[in-house]
Amino acid sequence: MAALVWVEHEGGALKDPTLAAVTAAGKLGAVHALVAGDPGEAKAAAEAAAKIAGIEKVLLAADPAYAHGLPENVAPLAAQLMAGYDAFVAAATTTGKNIAPRVAALLDVMQLSEVIGIEGRTFMRPIYAGNAIATVESSDAKLVLTVRGTNFEKAASEGGSAPIEEVAGPGDAGLSSFVSLDGSKSERPELTSAGIIVSGGRALKDAATFEQLIVPLADKLGAAVGASRAAVDAGYISNDYQVGQTGKIVAPGLYIAVGISGAIQHLAGMKDSKVIVAINKDPDAPIFQVADIGLVGDLFQIVPELTSKL
Amino acid sequence: MKILVPVKRVIDYNVRPRVKADGSGVDLANVKMSMNPFDEIAVEEAIRLREKGVASEVVAVSIGPAKAQETLRTALAMGADRAILVETEEAVEPLAVAKLLKAIWDEEQPGLVVMGKQAIDDDSNQTGQMLAALTGRPQGTFASKVAVEGDHVTVTREVDGGLETVRLALPAIVTTDLRLNEPRYASLPNIMKAKSKPLAIKSPADYGVDIAPRLKVLKVAEPPVRQAGVTVGSVDELVAKLKTLGVA
Repeated sequence: MAALVWVEHEGGALKDPTLAAVTAAGKLGAVHALVAGDPGEAKAAAEAAAKIAGIEKVLLAADPAYAHGLPENVAPLAAQLMAGYDAFVAAATTTGKNIAPRVAALLDVMQLSEVIGIEGRTFMRPIYAGNAIATVESSDAKLVLTVRGTNFEKAASEGGSAPIEEVAGPGDAGLSSFVSLDGSKSERPELTSAGIIVSGGRALKDAATFEQLIVPLADKLGAAVGASRAAVDAGYISNDYQVGQTGKIVAPGLYIAVGISGAIQHLAGMKDSKVIVAINKDPDAPIFQVADIGLVGDLFQIVPELTSKL
Repeated sequence: MKILVPVKRVIDYNVRPRVKADGSGVDLANVKMSMNPFDEIAVEEAIRLREKGVASEVVAVSIGPAKAQETLRTALAMGADRAILVETEEAVEPLAVAKLLKAIWDEEQPGLVVMGKQAIDDDSNQTGQMLAALTGRPQGTFASKVAVEGDHVTVTREVDGGLETVRLALPAIVTTDLRLNEPRYASLPNIMKAKSKPLAIKSPADYGVDIAPRLKVLKVAEPPVRQAGVTVGSVDELVAKLKTLGVA
């Protein structure tokens, strides 16, 4: 059995969740990697992918049509290459979630989404915002899965020396084009791979207060910043900071929830964190049910004090 | 232009799901059910496009049990023009849903499909992308902004790195994210009016689609429960505790 892993890359560098996808794919069989993208960037990314421990071969599809991972163009490429593979594995990022189901439908396969565990040919995946874990097996001839980066160890990014083989696909389907990416630039660690996260909720009142209280604490800890849906909806911070069922799934060593009540949709995104600290003025807030350490009180006093004492 | 809006009847988002004692699934007996929240956003977006004159008709579709008629009536009360229920008491997987929607697509020839990015019960996040593959049309997933201009639609997508904008040729499939809009509440007169709007009832066999599941659920279990934590009384205690755990 052989698995093809979708490699996510940006500016020629690999994205972390791909390393977890490689580990997951390794549980299914031999691992090959597919790097698709604009020629310049994709070539650098293919060279980086060739060094990942556990990868036996890298397929490089260098074509401007494959830049930005437009699913209309890359899904037919992946589906075509799948003739030689038994499984297609992508990280459950917004890129993986965009592409993998399109590949699955082209192959007439029912996808396994957000897989958190693999045992032989059975797969564990969370349903109902993580309030239940389903164990499923597939009767399809081929497998298509997206895997949660927080549930698989990252493969070592050095140590391998896989050959790179250039492949060509159908190219531009002429259906879609990339216009722009409005990204938030941050010096802080990325949310999905950070060791510590400081997350703020609606109780932060406004964008300025969020910035004044959450950011200094995060900086002091070298932490990433996160937010609840309520804080994002209220405009305190942009969408890419949202932690939850439909936002980012995180599992850092330390998660500090400030002024977050703990709706099940938020808990779904962070309850696998190793240590959870909750700071909230409402002692009955559901966040305290998952917190390892709770502190009931006024966050406007507690957070600056905590920042100064750490 | 006609807009097709698939909607799903799911457990209400405020209800805490309970796993059945025999591990066969989640207990849905006597549980409040509602329209999937992302689908409400899709219905709202379609209606707004009709109100702006971009669309001429909004057709709501559901694949599910007889009770999904209630979900479709909600869509009609919000402002959809007519509805189609593909009735089945079986659980239908995203791939089969996409195939049924493809068959309806062939009949209805919509200019745009607007649907939720994922259902909050199985959390699959697949159906829109699969429908796009089966129809050979472009997809704008996780949309936070949708603008139709002539024969194209520009979609701003909520992605891990921020907001990505793509331009798609129509017809296209758009899946909604949370911040696309705030769905309206149906007014009482509109709820009454919705009762007389057309609602066609079909079966999967009418479309010649095999809905047999590809995945076999072996068991459904509760996730591991976290150990009860401690409450500290001061910031000093909190700092001491964090140091003991070696995390800060």
